[in-house]
Amino acid sequence: MTALRLLLRDRVAAFGGLIVLFALVVAIFAPWIAPYPDDAFESHIMQRLRPPSAEFPFGTDNLGRDILSRVILGTRNALLVAVAVVVAAMAIGVPIGLAAGWREGWLSETLMRVTDVFLAVPQLILALALGQLIAPGIGAAMVALALTYWPFFARTVFAETRRLRSALFVDALAGIGASPTRILLLHVLPNAAPAVLVRATIGMGFTILTAAILGFLGVGAAPPSPDWGLAVSEARQHLPEAWWFPTFPGLAILLLVLGFNLLGDGLRDAADPRLRRSRR
Amino acid sequence: MARYILKRLLLALPALLGLVVLTFVLSRVVPADPAATLAGDAATPALIAEIRAQYGLDRPILEQAVIHLRQVLTGDFGRSVFSGRPVAEEILQRLPATLELTFAALFIATVLGIPLGLVAALHHNGVVDNLVRVLSVGGLAIASFWLAIMLQLVFSMELDILPLRGRVDVALGMPPRVTGFVLVDSLVAGRFDIFLDGCRHLVLPAITLSLPGLATIARFTRSGVLETLQKDFVLYARAAGYGRVRLAAIYVLRNAVTLVVTQVGLLFGALISGAVAVEAIFDWPGLGTYAVQAILSADYKALLAVTLVVGVVYAVVNVLVDVAQVVIDPRVAEEGR
Repeated sequence: MTALRLLLRDRVAAFGGLIVLFALVVAIFAPWIAPYPDDAFESHIMQRLRPPSAEFPFGTDNLGRDILSRVILGTRNALLVAVAVVVAAMAIGVPIGLAAGWREGWLSETLMRVTDVFLAVPQLILALALGQLIAPGIGAAMVALALTYWPFFARTVFAETRRLRSALFVDALAGIGASPTRILLLHVLPNAAPAVLVRATIGMGFTILTAAILGFLGVGAAPPSPDWGLAVSEARQHLPEAWWFPTFPGLAILLLVLGFNLLGDGLRDAADPRLRRSRR
Repeated sequence: MARYILKRLLLALPALLGLVVLTFVLSRVVPADPAATLAGDAATPALIAEIRAQYGLDRPILEQAVIHLRQVLTGDFGRSVFSGRPVAEEILQRLPATLELTFAALFIATVLGIPLGLVAALHHNGVVDNLVRVLSVGGLAIASFWLAIMLQLVFSMELDILPLRGRVDVALGMPPRVTGFVLVDSLVAGRFDIFLDGCRHLVLPAITLSLPGLATIARFTRSGVLETLQKDFVLYARAAGYGRVRLAAIYVLRNAVTLVVTQVGLLFGALISGAVAVEAIFDWPGLGTYAVQAILSADYKALLAVTLVVGVVYAVVNVLVDVAQVVIDPRVAEEGR
């Protein structure tokens, strides 16, 4: 709870948390908040590319759909994709990190070398290759993103496990006969949780950004999805006339990623007392 | 020193070898039938069989892996399905454009990022400091492809002061190829007009690409300087009467910059990734546009070759970064890895 209080005291991080909370509420209630919820799929060619007005605060897109509604509906997509990817990456990376960190030996070596291979190429490049080979589309893009993000969790948990395995309380547990599985799951993992949480928060921002790039490049979400990256890509053909078309989806990406990054930064400071000093 | 470099190079090898294996698995196992994929929609069984024999897909998988490895080591990535030309040749032709853009972005990020971080730290909690904090978080949150389009909208379409796309004006043409870098080749050819035009074309894409790097470098310089300022030797130098500027330049910056150099290696990955979208938007004839084109035409050979080449470039940059670190701070080599 001290960590939570510290986090709230850090105004910048609290602001980030507020953005994330706001996005969550918007995502959950999207169909009720959006002024034209049907505009996720329906098009109204007659009112295409209208500039922002009282009727359409963010203007309309090339198919006459309300951009505000689509930005709101897109929040749900962006968060769902990011949560699914981060959870999947965690499910792969955390056990690998635990196993590799616990004992030295061939298993640990092999696991960490495999991790190195996945880190040898920038994530986006690997995700592009993977996504394209599996099958273009949002599902494949998510699999590709998860398959390229798990090494970051593996690295984090590996480092934490290595640090903790020589701790006195671990020795004591082994002494009274606790099995390695028990020690790892009930004692090492909870101690590594703050680092994993920080990684996950930053990963959310990173995944939203990368998924948007994939959507923009045509490897992620497909029309008529209200995906933000896809919207910016569709808007390119209507410039410079329709400046509002790419602007608002892009701002939505910026705001949500900013929220997660600020929150992640604050969490890192709160979780690591050594860094706390430098911020003040 | 030489031993350290050699050791670092050897450490990079297993990951690269693993990458070759991974791309092999990706290209052979993930598509249900690579030969059918290659043959396209209008394939007859006879054509598929022919392709299978031609690419050696009818041989045992291990033998295929060895052949693949040998091909990759000799720089043979096969032919592009899209253009019919050797992939290796196409990549070599496009690599300089990407490197030129990446270096320009890295240059902007360093030249602006280090002073910004330094000033922010020296005026801790001042106006510049808060500005740098906003920039360092915002710069990493902005989608490069969106920023690129916004800059195009403002500077090329509305104000019309910078070119919208391309590397040089079509009317001027590319200078005779020596290095593949427009800025270098134009000077070699003595064509100052092409040099200036090349610079003008470079401005928007390089600024777009530099932002995440600028944010990271400013941030790490700031925290590095803040940390160094608390060290005893700084206290001593201050007591000995060194002025602020001299203190910052000689004692603090050199110690703080080690942290920044590490970041440059990590940044390079972000730069290459960013380049994919940025190049596509500015029609920059580099690896990024090539990768996007490969995706659109389902040219998996080209895509895997790009993945491998980027992996190699990435590894080389990281070795260079480690070496630079030892040059700046010899203690690093002692600590090992």
